[in-house]
Amino acid sequence: MTVAADFADEAEPFRISQLIYDKRYRSYTIQVVTMMLFMLAVAWLVNNVIENFEALGKTFSIDFLWQPASYDINQKLIEYSSRSPHWKAAVVGILNTLVLAFLGCIFATIVGVAVGVARLSKNWLVSRLMTIYIEGFRNVPVLLWILLVSSAFSALLPAPRQAAPLLGGGFVPTNRGFYFPAPVFESGSGILAIIFVASIIGAWFFGRWADARQKATGEILPVFWIRLGILLVPTFLMYFLLGMPVGLDIPELKGFNYQGGLFVRNSFMALWLALSLYTGAFIAENVRAGIQAISHGQTEASSSLGLPPSRTMNLVVLPQALRIIIPPLISQYLNLTKNSSLAIAVGYMDVTGTLGGITLNQTGREMECLLLLMAFYLTVSLLISGVMNVYNNSVALKER
Amino acid sequence: MTNKIAFVATEMLPEQAAPVNTKGAIAWMQSNLFSTPRDTILTVVFLAVVAGILYYLVPWLVLNSVFFADSIRECREIDTGACFAVVTSRFNQLIFGFYPSQHYWRPILTFLMMFVAFAPLLHDNLPRKMLWFTAAFPLLAYWFLWGGAIWGPLLIVAALVGTYFVYKTAAASLSPILSLIASVVFLIFWLLFIQSWLSAGLTNTIGFIGLEPVESAKFGGFLITFVIGVSGIAGSLPIGIVLALGRGSDMPTVKMICVGFIEFIRGVPLITLLFVASTLLNYFLPPGTTFDLILRVIIMVTLFASAYMAEVIRGGLAALPRGQYEAADALGLNYWQATRLIVLPQALKISIPGIVSTFIGLFKDSVLVSIIGILDPIGIMQPIRSSSEWNGIIWELPIFIGLVFFVFCFAMSRYSMYFERKLDTGHRN
Repeated sequence: MTVAADFADEAEPFRISQLIYDKRYRSYTIQVVTMMLFMLAVAWLVNNVIENFEALGKTFSIDFLWQPASYDINQKLIEYSSRSPHWKAAVVGILNTLVLAFLGCIFATIVGVAVGVARLSKNWLVSRLMTIYIEGFRNVPVLLWILLVSSAFSALLPAPRQAAPLLGGGFVPTNRGFYFPAPVFESGSGILAIIFVASIIGAWFFGRWADARQKATGEILPVFWIRLGILLVPTFLMYFLLGMPVGLDIPELKGFNYQGGLFVRNSFMALWLALSLYTGAFIAENVRAGIQAISHGQTEASSSLGLPPSRTMNLVVLPQALRIIIPPLISQYLNLTKNSSLAIAVGYMDVTGTLGGITLNQTGREMECLLLLMAFYLTVSLLISGVMNVYNNSVALKER
Repeated sequence: MTNKIAFVATEMLPEQAAPVNTKGAIAWMQSNLFSTPRDTILTVVFLAVVAGILYYLVPWLVLNSVFFADSIRECREIDTGACFAVVTSRFNQLIFGFYPSQHYWRPILTFLMMFVAFAPLLHDNLPRKMLWFTAAFPLLAYWFLWGGAIWGPLLIVAALVGTYFVYKTAAASLSPILSLIASVVFLIFWLLFIQSWLSAGLTNTIGFIGLEPVESAKFGGFLITFVIGVSGIAGSLPIGIVLALGRGSDMPTVKMICVGFIEFIRGVPLITLLFVASTLLNYFLPPGTTFDLILRVIIMVTLFASAYMAEVIRGGLAALPRGQYEAADALGLNYWQATRLIVLPQALKISIPGIVSTFIGLFKDSVLVSIIGILDPIGIMQPIRSSSEWNGIIWELPIFIGLVFFVFCFAMSRYSMYFERKLDTGHRN
């Protein structure tokens, strides 16, 4: 101790060469130099941009966002016409991206979990077929899948006039798009919604109560069935009592086309299907890896405690496997969201198609449009990875 | 004594055949296809689905397909199945794009050289001297593909050799850091000022020795996929390693810059970066500079892949037990020695699966360049489909392109599994 203290106390005269050779000072030198080089590079790039803009007589402003867009978007979730401003076109695009990403993530998860579990099946045929699916989708570019599914829809599906409605006329696939029955909300549906939300909350509280009771007394209730009852019975009762306020608008063939119902264009369906099947193949691998990572000892220990296989899965294997599965799962969600920008290849107007496509070409403001576009994707990515970090910290193994 | 006792058998009994229900095809089917009622139902359903698909696919794809014809009408006259004649008749375009046909040997030779260049990296029992060829391959490939006078590539070799000698002579009298700075200054000075002057001078005095130049706009098909993919792979690994080390650094500014770069690149889709390459990159360069779209795309794709690579390698660095770093410190190694000799070899080995899947992703993502108008296989598909001979072709081209991608990506992933097993030392932390 004293030696070290003496050494530190010794007032050594500072020499310039210490900035390079002394470990204590070297990191400062390196940092200052890197920072200077970095600033220089940034300054050089910014300066180039300014000079280039001046040479071309361009300015940097986002005023164009408030000018009329004067183009139409065929698939929109909010009120929009060609007289709306550019920012509204961008919002329509953003919503289209988010809808595609959200629905894609849901379907990809369903496919991925099902295939991942099926790949571990003892049935040779099933596991082989799942392997073929996974390898087939993972080794071919997603853009090719999107184009392939899209051309499959337009080549194989019938024209509206020849289309054969499925599921009692509610669901009509045609080469222009898919028609779904649309829900119609009449007066009284608000009450129904409130009751449904209330029963969800009730079911949740019942689950907690049943858990606490099981921990206290060891008695196991048929939680699943009771929950299902709480969820469905009051809503159904009220549905009939209120005189069926929620109806279905079924698409009908009128002339050359179907009228009514919910029309979803083929471009969206193709993107949604191709992206989810592609991402599903990756998720399947994550799920398989997660399940296989749980050592067999865990299952055996749980069996020796007398837990039946279903409870072993729910209480022992899944909670541990999820810890491994969820981080890559969320990065797959991120990939799907970013891949949804390929919508531009089949003409679905997502944010890349509106803000980064037509708006960019019409206004000629590449710099502003692309910066805004990147800012949007960056925000979504950082939000999702922020949520992931919170989750990771909450489930991380608490070591020592 | 004991072996004379009569009731102990002294001879082996002849082996009996295994019971029918534990061995052979029937037993295998019983345990793998029909072990439980649920299994049986699954097997039957899936068999029916597969049979249904094959029933429609096999006649179209195999039995009635046409491989040689001049137009889709001719195809339809010959047979009812798939018209792969489009692939055979436009094969050169799908592979080389509009590369001049008398020079096809150049990309082919480059493709073959690529395997020779990769061989010493993938097999450690090959002579180490082959690594010199690997180092020279980028320049050779550039010269073969784009052509031009031999002087440019030769002078770059001269510049690198010169840099090495500057470093050696400076290191004799100066400190390592100063000599490193001197050699870098020499290299930059050479590349910026001497290179073009000397190359023009050599062409004037000795004359044009080289290959006929081919401009990038002529590149297309799988040639462009491989050019972008392989340069991205070669560039992203070193940049990714540097970024990963920077991210793990304890110097805040270095760490901040690396984290910012990685998170930015990983947060945006590749297509936006390609838009930047095609529309914005020229704004960031001094006025009047223009360079090739393909080169710009390669730069962007490389940067994109290196951010992902950095994360993969960071995972490898994090997985390395703390004791390895401490052992390196205890041996008195400095940062670079420890990194080069102890940390990176192990961290890279751990991250092989991730590195290869990043490579595969990069290779697949290179098709996105079709969106900014580069005629890669997917980009060239549209003109072929809308040409008068092949108007109406739908499935054949994507099937062919998908198959080629599948072969290469699948081979890469299988090779990485083999490589992983070979390098596995059996140590588990």
